[in-house]
Amino acid sequence: MSTPLGSSMITTNGPKSRKTRGRWQTWLDIIRRDKRPAWGLAILLVFVVLAVFAPVFSPYSPTASSFSPFMGPSANHWFGTTASGQDVWSQFLYGGRISLSVGFASGFIATVLAIVLGMLPAYLGGWVDTIMATVTNIMLVIPGLPLLIVITAYVHQTGPLTIALVIGLTGWAWGARILRSQTLTLSRRDFVAAARLAGEHRWRVLVAEILPNMLSLVIANLVFATIGAILAEASLEFLGLGNPSAVTWGTMLYWADSGGALLNGAWWWIVPPGLAIALVGLSLALINFGVDQVSNPRLRLNRIKSKKHDKGVR
Amino acid sequence: MRFIGQRLGFLVLSLWAAATINFVLPRLMPGNPAVLMIGRFKGQLSARALHALELQFGVTHQPLWNQYLIYLGNLIHGRWGLSLTYYPVPVSKIIAQSLPWTLGLVGVATIISVILGLALGVYIAWHRGGKWDAVLPIMATFTAAIPYFWLGLILLFVLGYLWHWFPLAHAYSSSLSPSFTWTFISNMLYHALLPAMTIVVSSMGGWLLGMRNNMIQTLGEDYVLFGEARGLSERRLMVHYAARNAILPSMTGFAMAIGFVVGGALLTEVVFSYPGVGYQLLAAVQNEDYPLMQGIFLIIAFSVLVTNFLVEILYGKLDPRTRGGGIQ
Repeated sequence: MSTPLGSSMITTNGPKSRKTRGRWQTWLDIIRRDKRPAWGLAILLVFVVLAVFAPVFSPYSPTASSFSPFMGPSANHWFGTTASGQDVWSQFLYGGRISLSVGFASGFIATVLAIVLGMLPAYLGGWVDTIMATVTNIMLVIPGLPLLIVITAYVHQTGPLTIALVIGLTGWAWGARILRSQTLTLSRRDFVAAARLAGEHRWRVLVAEILPNMLSLVIANLVFATIGAILAEASLEFLGLGNPSAVTWGTMLYWADSGGALLNGAWWWIVPPGLAIALVGLSLALINFGVDQVSNPRLRLNRIKSKKHDKGVR
Repeated sequence: MRFIGQRLGFLVLSLWAAATINFVLPRLMPGNPAVLMIGRFKGQLSARALHALELQFGVTHQPLWNQYLIYLGNLIHGRWGLSLTYYPVPVSKIIAQSLPWTLGLVGVATIISVILGLALGVYIAWHRGGKWDAVLPIMATFTAAIPYFWLGLILLFVLGYLWHWFPLAHAYSSSLSPSFTWTFISNMLYHALLPAMTIVVSSMGGWLLGMRNNMIQTLGEDYVLFGEARGLSERRLMVHYAARNAILPSMTGFAMAIGFVVGGALLTEVVFSYPGVGYQLLAAVQNEDYPLMQGIFLIIAFSVLVTNFLVEILYGKLDPRTRGGGIQ
């Protein structure tokens, strides 16, 4: 019972992987076989390092408007300058700090809510589950961005913290739905029944037996919620609904758009923040290819299987 | 039919939820934001309009329950209040003017994106391990992570400002007035092309990836193998046996996808100054025009919910298995 993940693998993998492997071993194996998650981790790490050590990499303050406006990229200003003469490279580095923190913070909030609102009711069952499932389904179909826009419009003075909270509090529905159905499946499994018959406490069964088996799903959810949050944050700030004086990738694009970057041909002002958002999103999605394989062993064997099948088909 | 009844019930429930969120939000916020707004417009509005605003946003001593009933009543009877930006034009009239633009843009772009995404997904799944299968999924993952508005800005910059291939803004040239003539319609399509392209590129990746995975799963089924053993043509096997069945699971994510696309379309409209509801929504937010903002939020939510309902009914028709299950 120490590695239920491994034991479930035996049933799906056939005789090939009969020996039970540790969870860490599984993760390592996947990274070794599939290069995509490793690439994802590498890209993400680059951005995190750039953001954390922003002062080391940039000689200027991100807000100081002490240079001539609309200078193209040069040795002094790698990414050129803005309309008000700020260094885009410095803004790009410092902007990553808030954008990434808000993204991960909201992703975390949304995931915790998804666990509490998805897993718990499913485990308890009864009318609590029925009501929560309906609420989740409703939250799922109400379009997210318009809701976010309306909420931030009411809140006024929306700093990064408020935005992180609002995005996290509205973005849990998808995860809750997935975790709910997985909880329902798992609580019918033999090992859960066995644990219960062995006299384990109800909550212990949930925390020690069911939750560890959903770890990869929870991480996948964290990854996706974070991608969504980074995009949502950038969208809100691009619309001018954040705090425009905070330097983030979103507000950079807001100022670029309202500062006439297009008219002045200042592509160096528009490209970096958007590309950063897209690359961070890509890196998280690549990491998720690995996480997916942990939760779904079928995907893991796909390579071998599909090769065999290809030979058969053609 | 029981299935339709069930979906209809969920539609009504979710419509009610959207309306209730709209009612609760301004009252829930610390230091009711409507008080500020009403203070700002005092003197500019007639006493009756001010009173109506106070009722609409809960700046009144009436019990909450009463306010709620009045609100729902007004909603159902189409009395969505007056816009403050365009005072005294009713909110419903502004929505009626801008909604067709959004519906047209999002509708056409979504259909193109779904068809392209599904077709490419089928193709690369069939030729998996091939050249395109190595490139397209990574590209799709990347485009799915691109912010809509950024892609819009880039397309606008390159194809609009640099190469002058496309107009820079608006839904049609200001020299024309809307009519059913070829000049106007071609001008309108010309203006819609770049925003539509933005939506298609950003939303296609999700469909492509989902379809590829489903298709690979379906290709492993026995009936595909059996069809092959019978010597069916590759095309028939790919389209009629595998793709048709693989499409069904793709559609389950439709509700999420359409909500996401609509959100992206709002941003795209802002970038291209396209006169749809997204553009109006932002203008309403910037002007603190809460009645217009509420109205637009409701109409967006309603459109998404109704579309989702229609797709689910269609889905139920296509796949009998879903009819019994209800909400899974």
